[in-house]
Parts: sequence; C-alpha cells; structure tokens
Amino acid sequence: MTAPALRLRGVCAAYDRIEVLRGVDLDVPAGSVVALLGPNGAGKSTTLAVVSGQMRPTSGSVEMAGCDVVGASPDALARAGVCMVPEGRGIFPNLTVTENIKLLSHFGVKTGHALDVAFEHFPRLKERRKVLAGRLSGGEQQMLALARALATDPALILLDELSMGLAPTIVEHLYEQVTALARTGVSILLVEQFASVVLDIADHVAVMSHGRVQAEGRPEDVAATLSTAYLGDAS
Amino acid sequence: MLTDLFAFTIVGIVTGSIYAVAASGLVVTYTTSGVFNFAHGAVGMIMAFLYWQVRFDWGWSTPVSLIFVLLVVAPLFGVLMERALAKNARGGSFVSAMVVTIGMLLLLMGLALNVWPPEGRRVDGFFSPHGFDVGPVFVTWHQAITVLVAAGVAIGLRLLMFRTRTGITMRAVVDNRGLTALTGGRPGRMSLLSWALGSMLAGLAGILLAPVLQLNVEALTLLVVNAYAAAVVGRLRSVPLTFVGAMVLGLLESYAVGYLPSTGSFANIRLAIPTIMLFVVLLALPEVRLRTRSAVEMRMPAMPSPRTSLLGGAALILVATAIATTVAESTLTDLAPALALGLIALSLVPLTGWAGQISLCQMTFAGVGAFAVVQFAADGSPVGLIVAPALAAAVGVLVAMPALRLSGLYLALGTLAFAVLMDRVVFTRRDVFGDFGVERVERLQVAGVSFDGVRAYFVLLAVVFAAVGIGLQALRRGRFGRQLSAMRDSPAALTMLGQDLKTTKMAAFALSSAIAGLGGALLAGLNTTATSSDFTMFQSLPLVLIAVLGGVTAVSGALLGGLVLAGLPVLADNISFLESLTLLGPGIIGLILARRPDGIALVLSDLWSGRGSFAAATAEDEELPEHCEQLGIEVDFEPRHAEVLDRALQVEGV
Ligand SMILES: Nc1ncnc2c1ncn2[C@@H]1O[C@H](COP(=O)(O)OP(=O)(O)OP(=O)(O)O)[C@@H](O)[C@H]1O
Ligand SMILES: [Mg+2]
Repeated sequence: MTAPALRLRGVCAAYDRIEVLRGVDLDVPAGSVVALLGPNGAGKSTTLAVVSGQMRPTSGSVEMAGCDVVGASPDALARAGVCMVPEGRGIFPNLTVTENIKLLSHFGVKTGHALDVAFEHFPRLKERRKVLAGRLSGGEQQMLALARALATDPALILLDELSMGLAPTIVEHLYEQVTALARTGVSILLVEQFASVVLDIADHVAVMSHGRVQAEGRPEDVAATLSTAYLGDAS
Repeated sequence: MLTDLFAFTIVGIVTGSIYAVAASGLVVTYTTSGVFNFAHGAVGMIMAFLYWQVRFDWGWSTPVSLIFVLLVVAPLFGVLMERALAKNARGGSFVSAMVVTIGMLLLLMGLALNVWPPEGRRVDGFFSPHGFDVGPVFVTWHQAITVLVAAGVAIGLRLLMFRTRTGITMRAVVDNRGLTALTGGRPGRMSLLSWALGSMLAGLAGILLAPVLQLNVEALTLLVVNAYAAAVVGRLRSVPLTFVGAMVLGLLESYAVGYLPSTGSFANIRLAIPTIMLFVVLLALPEVRLRTRSAVEMRMPAMPSPRTSLLGGAALILVATAIATTVAESTLTDLAPALALGLIALSLVPLTGWAGQISLCQMTFAGVGAFAVVQFAADGSPVGLIVAPALAAAVGVLVAMPALRLSGLYLALGTLAFAVLMDRVVFTRRDVFGDFGVERVERLQVAGVSFDGVRAYFVLLAVVFAAVGIGLQALRRGRFGRQLSAMRDSPAALTMLGQDLKTTKMAAFALSSAIAGLGGALLAGLNTTATSSDFTMFQSLPLVLIAVLGGVTAVSGALLGGLVLAGLPVLADNISFLESLTLLGPGIIGLILARRPDGIALVLSDLWSGRGSFAAATAEDEELPEHCEQLGIEVDFEPRHAEVLDRALQVEGV
C-alpha cells in the first residue's frame, strides 16, 4: 500500500478559541480526485487552510505522501508541490495576467513555458494578457487561478469552491480542465458546497458538517446521505 | 523678479527630489512589509552621520564612503530592523509595530547624540562648491546630482517593480500576502528586501540632505514627516504619486522661504508646511482610502470594582505620604516627575488603551496646559487647575475634528504632524513661553495652603493622580466606558447602536487632552518653570512608549510608565556605566515591547493571579520544521502515482 497523497487524522483547528475543526479524518489516495462537500460554515475552507499550511492545527496530524507536514509554511508547501487555489479568486488583482503567470517561475518552471501552458488551455487569457487581473471577469479570473495548477506540475491540488458565483457553462468549462488534470495523475482535493458539479469527476466524496467528516464513500453512495447532512445542519 | 522665481523653483525641485527619494523608500517598505517605519528619517540621519564620519573625519574617498554607507551598512541595518519587527509585523496589532519603530527612532537619536555630540560638523555637497550656470541661476553640482539621483531612483524602482520577478513578487505581496506564499513566493524575504531598500533610500536622502540642513539630529530625523506628507499623496502606495507629492512639497517650501516674510508670525512657517500639506491631503482623500488595520489588539485588564479602585487610590496616597515624609528632599525631587509624567501617560489610557485611538501629541496637550498656567495662574492660583485642562481639552477637540476621519496609522501620523506644528511654530513664539522658551511658574496655593515645598507638592501629585485614576475607572464602568470600548472593538457596531461615533471620539480626545493638560500644568508647577523643550514632539514619543510598556490599558500601567520615564535619567546620573540610559532607554524599551506588547502591568497582574503568562505570550514560532523544506513530493509527478509516491517516501527515508 502506498501512502495516500494526503492524510488527515483527528485534525482540530480553532480561530482564537472557537473550535472550527473537531477531529477531521480524511484521505486523498494518490492520483485520485476527492470532493469535500458540506454546508456553509462546515469547516471546508478551514480544512484547506490547514492542509496548505496557512493555519496550524491545534491537534491531529497532516501527512503528505507519508511525511508529517504540520508546521510547514505555506510557501514551503507550495514549492514542494501543493497547489492551493483559495476561495474567492486566487489571483493578484493589481498585476496583469502575464505578471500573474510570471510569478509561477518560483516553482522552477520557465516563464515562457508557464505562459504557453496557460494560453494553450485558456486562449481567452492570451487575448487579455496585458489586462490587470482585477479587471477580468470572474470566470477569467478562475481560469488564471487554474493556470497555476496547470503550469506548475503540482503533486496535490486544493481547489476551494471553484464554481462560486460563476455561470454553469463556465463552471463546466473549468471542471473539464480539472478532469484533464486529474488524468495526468495528480491528486486533487475539491471543495464545493453543492454536490452536483463534482459528483461526475470525483473518485471519492467526503461530506463534512460541524467540523467533522460525517460520511464518505463513492459518489453514488454518498449522494443519498448528502441531503441529511445539509438538512441536519439546517435544523 | 522672474530670475528669483526661477531660482526658487530650482531649489524647490532639488528639495523635492530629496523628499522623493526618502518618501519612495518609506512607501516601498510600508507596502511590502505592512509596517510603517517611524524611524525612516532617523535611519537617514544616522547614515548621514556615518557618511560624515568616514568621508570627512576619516577621509575615505567619496565613492568608497558611499558604497560603504549605502550598499553595506544601510541594507544590513534595514535587515536587522526587519528581523526585530518580524514577530510583530504579521498579525500583530498596529500599535505594537508602531512602538517598535518609534523605539528605534529614539534609539537612533540617542545613539547619534552619544557618538556624535552636537558640534559644528560640515558635510560638503558633491564637487562643492563647483557648479554651472543655467541662464541667470547658478546650480551646484550637488543640486544637479540630487535631481539626477531622484530621477535614477524613480526609473530604477519602476524597472525593479515591473521588469523583474523579484519586483513583481513584491507587488504581489502588496496585493495579497497570503496568496503570495501559496504561489511559492517568500513574503518574508520580500519584506527583508523592502526594508533593505527602504533603509538605503533613507540613507541616500540623508546624505543628499546633509549639506543642505547640516548635521542636525532632530532636523534630519524629522525628514520622516516630510516624506510621509509626500507619500500620503500617493496614499502610501503609489510611487509615482509620491514623487508628485514630494515635488509639490519641495516647491511650496522653497516659495515659502522666498516669498513669505522671514520675521514675525511667518518666521517658522516653512517648518509647518509639510504638516499643513499633510492635513490638506488627509482631508481631501476619501475616507475609505484611509482604512488601516485594527489599531489596538491589546488585552484589557479586568474591570476593577469600585472598592478595589478606591483602595488602590488610597494606597497610592498613603504610600506617597509615607515617602514624602521620610526620604531626603533631593530624592523626592528625583521621584516627583514620575507622578507628573505618570499623569500625562494616564491621559493615554482612556484614549489609546480603551478607545483604540492613537495620539502622538500628548506632550503637546501638556504644553497647552503649561501655557494656560503661565498665562492665567503663574502666581500659583488654583485657577490653573481648571484653566489648564479646559484649554487643553479645547485644543484636543480641535485636533479631534480633522482627525475624526482618521484611524490607526493615519491618526498616529496626523497627531505626530500636529505635535511638530505646535512645537515648531506655536511653542517657539515669544508670547507663548517667553523669549528663551522658559517661563517662571509658582507652585500651587489653595485657600492659604501652600504646596511650595516639594514634600507637599509630592503628596498633591499623588492625590491628583489617584483622583483622576479613580474617576477614569468609574467612567470605564459606565456608559461612556462602554462606548469607548465599542469604538475600539467595532466602530461600525457603535454607529449601528445609534451612538454617534464622532461625538464619542471628540469626547475621548477632550478627556484625554484635559488630563494631559492637567499633567502639564502640574509638571510646570513641579519644575517651577514652563519650558517649551519639555513639550516637543520628540517628548511625546517616549511617553507613548512607556505608556504602552507600563500597559496602556491599565491605570496602574501609567504609573509604572511614569516611574520608568522619571527613573531613567536618575539611574543615568547615579550609575556611571548607565550614563547613556536617558538617551538609549526609550529605544531599548521599544525593543522589549517587540516581545511583550501587553505591557508590564498586565504581566504583573498575571503573575499575581498565577496565570504566569511570560511563556504563553511569546509569539508562536514561525520557523518551519527543517524536514518540510524538502518535502518528498516535489519529485517528478508526471507518471501515474504509485511508484512516484514510493520514490517520494524513499527520499524521505521512511
Ligand atoms: N477568519 C475567521 N475567524 C473566525 N472564524 C472564522 C474565520 N473563518 C471562518 N470562521 C468560522 O469557521 C467556521 C468554518 O468556516 P469555513 O470557512 O471553514 O467554512 P466553509 O465550510 O468553508 O463554509 P463556506 O461554504 O461558507 O465557505 C464558520 O463558522 C466560520 O464562521
Ligand atoms: Mg469556504
């Protein structure tokens, strides 16, 4: 058995003293796509913050490929191959599209290569390359954010609500790229609030609420339990 | 006529160029690291002195001196400062970062005065006195070089920021620090770099300015105010707009010198121009542009019960009486300023500690109080005890009005500028503190009781401190106290509760300045003189430091702060190896505060109640475990997962 790309065990985390994660257990097997679903405030983004090194867990373990990474800084993790696209838009609004992509050379990829990859997957970005990223439409901004995942050969990709505020056709287009990425063998952890967009591409689904993973399994199995997780939250 | 205008314009452009260099350094550091460096001017000052030392005292050649100062010492110094601040900059409150750089400013001033005691030192301009004629005006090489250097800095910064990956990463940090880390950039290194760069530019400005101003510690340190006035035009973010602001400021100053009368009311107006420009710009900028991060995030002490509060006051008076009746008079003379300064420090407790409003001009309010005594109660009449706080409160409200829109950093800089304005333009006037800046004041006499002796005056000070302290704690328990806390924690919530934010803020300023004014009046009485040099901007800075050191949220903290402030010169006088303590003390306190932003009072009360927070309060270690730097998974991930992860594990040696 190889170690999973990502393994969380009993992860707890808190903002100030308010505990938000209460023992999260989650595996992302190497090379698979795992979707983490759950209602508002379930702790999904917090989980990603912990994994990407932005937040330190109060207890529990985070392992990547068997290596304990608790305490690693976000930039060290990023250079080690963890690509996190945070909630909202993972772009720099006051840099141009090209400058946003140029930053990727921190990962050791050549700027030219990064530009090629980005423009090949998203020709739209090429037309807009001199525009400040803040002026792009929401969909274009997410393309730009995804370009980072595409151009830098990461080992583990964390995507937080890629679909937020976007039209369904655009979401579909973005997830096509994610699917293509998944086929290259990279491990992906997707966070979404609503299941429909990701059930098709996920190998495995975990449902989170109240700071814990409440149910997990194959997409078709979990689909049934999803409603209880959401309704349970509402009651 | 026209020739004059031309000449003044050239001088203005030269001065503007220097401000531009200094201000762009300030902007680069502030935007990239998020810390406003109050010591920016002081860094320029110390580099100018160092340049004098190696170039003119030791006779090194100009290029070697420049390389040594600007390319070796200045960047190293910037890096050291960043390290001292690093624990604070991230996530820390604005106040804790502020006091550290203020401490640095005082430390550098103390250092300069120690190493280079004031005496005539000349720094010649480059190729002085040579130059060339531009039409009817003679331009020195130094002036021409200054303008060229500024242009070079502008172009250089532009290229750095837009053409290099490092520069783009620095801009990325400005945009979104967290995301920069997620994209693999190292925000920490960018901060280091920005401090090195800022320090170099400060040094460059200092060296260019030295032949103009000569080597004057205070004047060069005040460069930060001019630089700030220029930078605020670009909202502390835009380098090009900062250059525009600097040129406008340089020209205004030059025309003011040229066309305003050099005697009478306008004599010192040039010194006030940066401040005036600053206020105008601050008032003209839309409010949303002026948001900074939360000002005060210090812990509040437990609310003392009325009983505790009264007991504390009574204890203070008893102890003070016991001291006053036993110790030698000379010791008492040393000790008494602690209470007067403590009272002025106390004025920061409701304003900064409770309401979260920063003021760097408390000594100015104290000066207003002292002025009131000089004018209305120089004979020791008790009227002074009423007029002094009243007049100071009025000035406090005047300050608060334009300051209503400001918070955090902008408020700090606004009040700093006000302090400079007052001490340069108002307090130096003959009709304020007399021809030599010193006016005689009698000690208080109330209803036949004279407090002329230092023993009686000492007890009086203790009684006043206790009364004000008890009064403040009573206020804190009431409605007004809750409004102050609400203003500090959430101004938005306060407005939503139907409270008028403006009224509350004005009231807080009025209360605070009244206390400071009272403190100033009593300080003047204690010294039996009101001295303008006691009330300068540079006196306000240590006050803020010690108030924060003592614990700016607690009444007892102000007393502790006063003791420290009064104690430093005493220690320095009596223990020879501590001679430089008066000069260096406040700076060292600033560095201590970098580690302990809560202040002594809270630490003591924690120890008392067994919570022992010394260990708990040290900032969380930000270094990462070494093994994570070469996390196994950075190996090639192209092929399908299994064997790659296996290899990754082998790399790790698991
Ligand atoms: N910076 C913060 N400070 C304090 N509490 C926070 C912070 N961020 C999130 N929380 C709280 O933590 C809980 C979990 O938040 P989180 O963002 O992880 O939820 P989420 O599952 O991502 O929700 P959403 O679907 O709305 O994005 C919420 O109750 C939220 O209010
Ligand atoms: Mg979220």
